[in-house]
Amino acid sequence: MSNGQDGKSFFLDDEEIPFEDGQTIIQAALSAGKYIPHLCYHPEFKPHGSCKLCTVRIDSRTITTEDGQTVKIPGRAAASCTTPAQDGQHVESETPELLDLRRTLVQMLLVEGNHYCPSCEKSGKCMLQGLGYDLGVMSPHFPQYFSKREVDASHPDILLDFNRCILCELCVRASAEVDKKNVFSLSGRGNTKHLICNSESGLLGDTNIAATDKAANVCPVGVILHKRHGFEVPYGQRRFDRAPISDNPVQYAPVKEQV
Amino acid sequence: MPNASSNGATAGDRAVIEAVLVRHGGDAVRLMQILREVQEELGWLSPATLTAIADGTGLPRARVEGVAGFYHFFHTEPLGRYRVLWSDNITDRMLGSSDLMARMCKKLWLKPGQVSEDQLVSVDTTSCTGMCDQGPALLVNYRPVTRMTAERVDQIVDLIRRKIPLDDWPAEFFAVEDNIRRRDALLDGGLAPGDALRALRSPQETLDAIKASGLRGRGGAGFSTGQKWEFCRNAVGSGANPAHYVVCNADEGEPGTFKDRVLLSSCADLVFEGMTVAGYVVGARKGLVYLRGEYRYLLEPLNAALERRRAANLLGKSILGRIGFDFDIEIHMGAGAYVCGEETALLESLEGKRGVPRKRPPFPVTNGFLGQPTAVNNVETLASAALIAVRGAAWYKAIGTAKSSGTKLLSVSGDCARPGIYEYPYGVKVEQVLADCGARDTQACQIAGASGLCVAPAEFKRRIAFEDIPTGGSFMIFDNSRDMFAVARNFAHFFVDESCGFCTPCRVGTTLLKNAMDKINDGHGGEYDINDIWRIIRTLKTASHCGLGQTAGNCVADTLQKFRPSYELRLNVHDFEPAFDLDKALSKMREVTGRDDPGAHFHIAHRKSKSGIGTKAGDPA
Repeated sequence: MSNGQDGKSFFLDDEEIPFEDGQTIIQAALSAGKYIPHLCYHPEFKPHGSCKLCTVRIDSRTITTEDGQTVKIPGRAAASCTTPAQDGQHVESETPELLDLRRTLVQMLLVEGNHYCPSCEKSGKCMLQGLGYDLGVMSPHFPQYFSKREVDASHPDILLDFNRCILCELCVRASAEVDKKNVFSLSGRGNTKHLICNSESGLLGDTNIAATDKAANVCPVGVILHKRHGFEVPYGQRRFDRAPISDNPVQYAPVKEQV
Repeated sequence: MPNASSNGATAGDRAVIEAVLVRHGGDAVRLMQILREVQEELGWLSPATLTAIADGTGLPRARVEGVAGFYHFFHTEPLGRYRVLWSDNITDRMLGSSDLMARMCKKLWLKPGQVSEDQLVSVDTTSCTGMCDQGPALLVNYRPVTRMTAERVDQIVDLIRRKIPLDDWPAEFFAVEDNIRRRDALLDGGLAPGDALRALRSPQETLDAIKASGLRGRGGAGFSTGQKWEFCRNAVGSGANPAHYVVCNADEGEPGTFKDRVLLSSCADLVFEGMTVAGYVVGARKGLVYLRGEYRYLLEPLNAALERRRAANLLGKSILGRIGFDFDIEIHMGAGAYVCGEETALLESLEGKRGVPRKRPPFPVTNGFLGQPTAVNNVETLASAALIAVRGAAWYKAIGTAKSSGTKLLSVSGDCARPGIYEYPYGVKVEQVLADCGARDTQACQIAGASGLCVAPAEFKRRIAFEDIPTGGSFMIFDNSRDMFAVARNFAHFFVDESCGFCTPCRVGTTLLKNAMDKINDGHGGEYDINDIWRIIRTLKTASHCGLGQTAGNCVADTLQKFRPSYELRLNVHDFEPAFDLDKALSKMREVTGRDDPGAHFHIAHRKSKSGIGTKAGDPA
């Protein structure tokens, strides 16, 4: 493996990963073909680190106590999508502790919303479902919220099913940063936090979103759906039927800008 | 929703909104103040109002709605002409707030959280309002009423029914006492306004003195104030409007804390003087006080104090005749969000946004308010800095312990004879505080608030100091009659109300923790649930975005370790019982069909049936 332009590298689970200044840990890892689970990170947008699936531990130490025992002092936990990579850093990702943490976080998201995979159009290409399978989440474990959430079918081309929202804010960021329309935002807080649309009625149909907008095509789960399209790919041939989500990290890597 | 959205704002409403927008120059950064001032006039923020404010500030409408929806004290639906919010801290509860609130609701024919049918009044709870030494307390239209009694409840119900304006209510209802019980270096400082500014030498010398004094942040984190100021001073402003800022964090939201309220009530000049000293050192010309929404009643007196200081040339241009020493202070009101005590969430809020903590680095000292170098300090830290500017570093360093110089204000509440403010040199033992405030048969102290440390009697010889028990000042006392499980459960509920919801572990974890505590409380908990609780606490601690989530499980963890019997009492289930109650889920159907016979119930074999309660004919054995 060759080093980055600046010859800098860090270690991810003892594998050397080259990086360039300004890259975060996840960006460097994905570019190098090493997958770190994530939901709210997207190579085209500014990372904001809310889902915490990409949590890693940095610079754990092993010390020897007076009576000759070796004790591991866990390094600091950080979201790898917002933490800049540093030369010589030791980053742990695939440890039992962190895998368990990620399973717990997926389970938290599963009970918070209403995720009924068999009837969901996104099934098979849903990042949350894909991650759940990949991490070995066998059940939601925690008691379901059974929260009451609405569906918004007011737009001619786009359907919103808030039941499945994981509050990753990718649509918010896409609409603000790429489409320059600010169609989505968040309101409420804590467990009442929810996605809202930029109209007095609150309806998507009263906003200026178009089906071709980035925001309409970025949802990692099944909230923002295109009408008149559904279940187009047969079971067995869907994206994550063919290969698990962790199989092709480079697809989530940032596209290198031409200098 | 009655008479709201589709009609648009009335002409009268539009005039009010327009006037507020003009007052703030339509500045989007001032959105919080615009929303508050409009709401104070119109009662609530209707969809049409939000649209008008969005138009007037040039912000996307959804952004404005998102901010309005974030803060507890902004209403996007009408909540009545009188909005009563009972402080729901554990100390208020111990003083009987639950029964008093039930009494008020009953007399007003209300359920908590609902608005009366005539749109006159609503009654609900809110997080600690900082009146723990004179509770039970409540807020009526964001004005504090203290020392609630059954008699006072009845009087207030009567005043509300007769639609008496708040200004005509008996003044003693709104009396807020300082209750200063012990004074030391700070409260006995004896400084006159301007003393610290007259004592200033060069900014570098002042900075050196602050560093040499060993002053550390009083908000709880304990970062060196001198270092913070130095980083800020050395940072360079950027962009079109480079500047440095001083921010006073008066978002005193930690349950059980009220010392900043007392400092701002009685020593406001000292605090403003500290801000001015900070401004002098870091090179700022503007200071901002972020005052928590619960202390709205302090806004006018504080503004009056600022006016006096301007008149005395202690603020403004060329302070005390020093050319180039320009500094002024503005007060920014919060609107009910504990998380804004976290300095980066506070900065977001100051900029008119949702109070979501930023990712760090960069830190506020380089990228703070509007992206400029900003020194964010606690109220007490700034007051102490003013004192050091006059008395010198050596004098201050001699107070307290080697690692914790100076004094600390403790907000003492709960089971003791004399709740109030106690100022001690650092290093004071917990047992000393307990003796001084007249606490007896003490079972536990919760130090540093809901996110702090629960201390059992075996630890009462420990000291209040950065090197032992650090605290922002909250000191809640529980005697032997109290149920520590109930304390932890109260705090678990608090964190659900106050999580900003940004990150998964905190947004969901705080709710799961609350649900698990409720399940145990309802007698459905077992060892399985305790294991789940530990798993949730681990997740909160490891993965949360900010200190709120990281510490949200502390009290449950502490009480599980130190007061396990209070949990055991409730663990009726051998291992596991589902939280989902199928029979309860059918209650809506029973309500609809008007049935309540055995056939309309579903029974799972749990302890009720074992004891013979709730078994119905025909139940499977």
